[in-house]
Amino acid sequence: MNEALAVDGRRTRVSRLTRLLESEKALAAALLAPGVAILAIFIAYPFVMALWYSLTSIRVGDPGEFIGLANFSKAIHDTIFQMAFKNTVFYTFWATIFKLALGMWLALLLNRHFRFKRIVRASMLLPFIIPTVLSAFAWRWMFDPTFSVMNWGLYHAGMITDRLPFLSSGDWAMWCAVAVNTWRGMPFFAITLLAGLQTISPDLHEAAALDGANAWHRFWHVTWPLLLPVTLVVVVFSVIQTFSDFQLIYVLTGGGPANSTHLIATYAYQIGIGSGLLGEGAALSLFMFPVLFAVVWVQLRYLKRMENG
Amino acid sequence: MAGILAAHRAPVFAQANTVHILRWNDFVPAADKVLREVFAPEVQKALGIKLNVETVNANDIPARATSSIQSGNGPDIFMLLNNYPHLYSSAAVDLSAVADEMAKGGQIYPSGVQLNRVGGKWVSLPWSMVPALIVYRKSWFEEVGAKSFPKTWKDYYEVGKKLKAAKRPIGQTLGNTFGDAPTFTYPLLWSFGGQEVDAKGKVVLDSKETLESVQFMTQFWKDACDEGGLAWDDSNNNRAFLSGDISATLNGASIYVAALNGADKFKTEKGAPMHTDCLHAPLPVGPKGHFGYHTAFNHMVMKYSKNAKGAIEFLRWAHKKENYEKWFVVQKGFAVGPTRDWENHAMWNQDPVMLPFKSAPQLQTRLMGYAGQPEKRAAEAWNKFIVTGMYASACGGRMKPEEAVKWAAGELGKIYTGT
Repeated sequence: MNEALAVDGRRTRVSRLTRLLESEKALAAALLAPGVAILAIFIAYPFVMALWYSLTSIRVGDPGEFIGLANFSKAIHDTIFQMAFKNTVFYTFWATIFKLALGMWLALLLNRHFRFKRIVRASMLLPFIIPTVLSAFAWRWMFDPTFSVMNWGLYHAGMITDRLPFLSSGDWAMWCAVAVNTWRGMPFFAITLLAGLQTISPDLHEAAALDGANAWHRFWHVTWPLLLPVTLVVVVFSVIQTFSDFQLIYVLTGGGPANSTHLIATYAYQIGIGSGLLGEGAALSLFMFPVLFAVVWVQLRYLKRMENG
Repeated sequence: MAGILAAHRAPVFAQANTVHILRWNDFVPAADKVLREVFAPEVQKALGIKLNVETVNANDIPARATSSIQSGNGPDIFMLLNNYPHLYSSAAVDLSAVADEMAKGGQIYPSGVQLNRVGGKWVSLPWSMVPALIVYRKSWFEEVGAKSFPKTWKDYYEVGKKLKAAKRPIGQTLGNTFGDAPTFTYPLLWSFGGQEVDAKGKVVLDSKETLESVQFMTQFWKDACDEGGLAWDDSNNNRAFLSGDISATLNGASIYVAALNGADKFKTEKGAPMHTDCLHAPLPVGPKGHFGYHTAFNHMVMKYSKNAKGAIEFLRWAHKKENYEKWFVVQKGFAVGPTRDWENHAMWNQDPVMLPFKSAPQLQTRLMGYAGQPEKRAAEAWNKFIVTGMYASACGGRMKPEEAVKWAAGELGKIYTGT
């Protein structure tokens, strides 16, 4: 009797589980749960903690107290932060423009047929594959105030008489950082745009050519509109990565000379970790959030509109 | 097994008496070797402590300390630079008893007391100091008429001007770097009579004296220095000096030590080993005094440590003269001891070129945040490179000297008033 009841109980449980799995909603929830948990633990929790920290006077080893928006107010009046914010916008804007232009140019070249095409395509990814810290160190050597190979080359070619102040002038250093970021990020643009280019049917180009379109017209009226969705996605990714860049500046200039190359991320690190002011560091880093949110929102909205019509 | 089940409790294993210490990668690698190969076995034998020595880049220590303190887990002892003990004081175990024992063995340098004693309590112990002195090329200075190192800033300027004209400029970093830049700019400021705050913590940087120091530095930079120094970190001047590109630079003894160890590699233009043409001197005297700034190395036992007792015992043991000496002698003067009695050690008789390092700590009569305490706000100003940035902005032409002083005073004001 007891055995029969137990078997019945097991059957009921199995059928309930089967019914649950057959339900699309339940299955979707079960499959999404690990992803949501990872996002909650590794993205949402640190973000909420950063928000909380930014509203407190927390220092290393001292939980501090709630101080409202005082950290944000202090940051807004901090001239170094103001400079870091401007630098971040400048750095992101120019690096993205250059990466897009050069990446597109490279993608168009690589989309042609030539010998050793695969080797060239693979080797093009090298700057992207090498860890940023290592490549930034190599660039730092090339821009070294005393031993710069570029200064040496230009001097011996008779093109300069004095060393160029690659990293010792704030303006030069900022452009050097843009150049290194472009060098590093361009392959990502090129390879993604190349993938986009390969989805464009050659028939469209042939038809346009038959109609008398020259190379520029074919690019502008055929390639570019079809490549625009991919381009927008790449630009969104690039803006996010460049705006929150840390490693490159940290290694290349350390934010100097005279704090003139700090980005928001490097300055937030200097304040949060270097000075132990965790609340202020969190507030500084949160200034990135609305800017990035706005960029992503505008671009994704544009993308959606394009998809719809 | 039956016993464990009956007790309803997991078995207790004897807790290993392990002490985990995190320090920097010493510029004298032999010193790290002493910790690992001499201290570790000896302290195991003497106290039964298993010493786990971990070394990282000095710049990475604050990040490690922050994460350890916030998570309550990490090394038992942290080596902390300069006034970081003030920043982490709430996470420290009281080491006053060991400090008192140290003081009985010899007078702790006043800067060591100021940096490690917070609120009347020793939150860490001074371990050593790396003095910053000017290393210079004797023959090059002589060629421009300087038979000995210039005594005053004015004299140094005159000599530096001739050296730069001879394509042998003075090298000095004014970059965002932790050691060589602030250890130059703070004493320069003080020697002209400038200071960050008064004794009550009121910002007094915007003064005639500070302006004079910035005006001097701007001219000195243009006429006597390698202007690439705005982008230098703590290692650029080592390379520039050893390659014969600069004639003098403020540094620890690492340049001389490298020249000594690489006698075949680093040579003068006449082919002689470069170390035979190197001498050391303190920073010049200014109109309002003579100062130096040396990088301090301190040890803090962390409150979260599960073996704080073992960590304290290890530090007590390590500071005993017979043990500390083993570490001290391999430094050959690059790092000096925390108490004055180490100035009398026989090691100083080995190499007369290193002799200026012996008494260099006596020049450190002021610390960051002078005339206030080297506390958290002073550290914030230091880490934001406010004083260094003031000189760098003027020397790099981004601001006029007057503007640079006003900017720095304004930023200091925000830090000290918390606005």
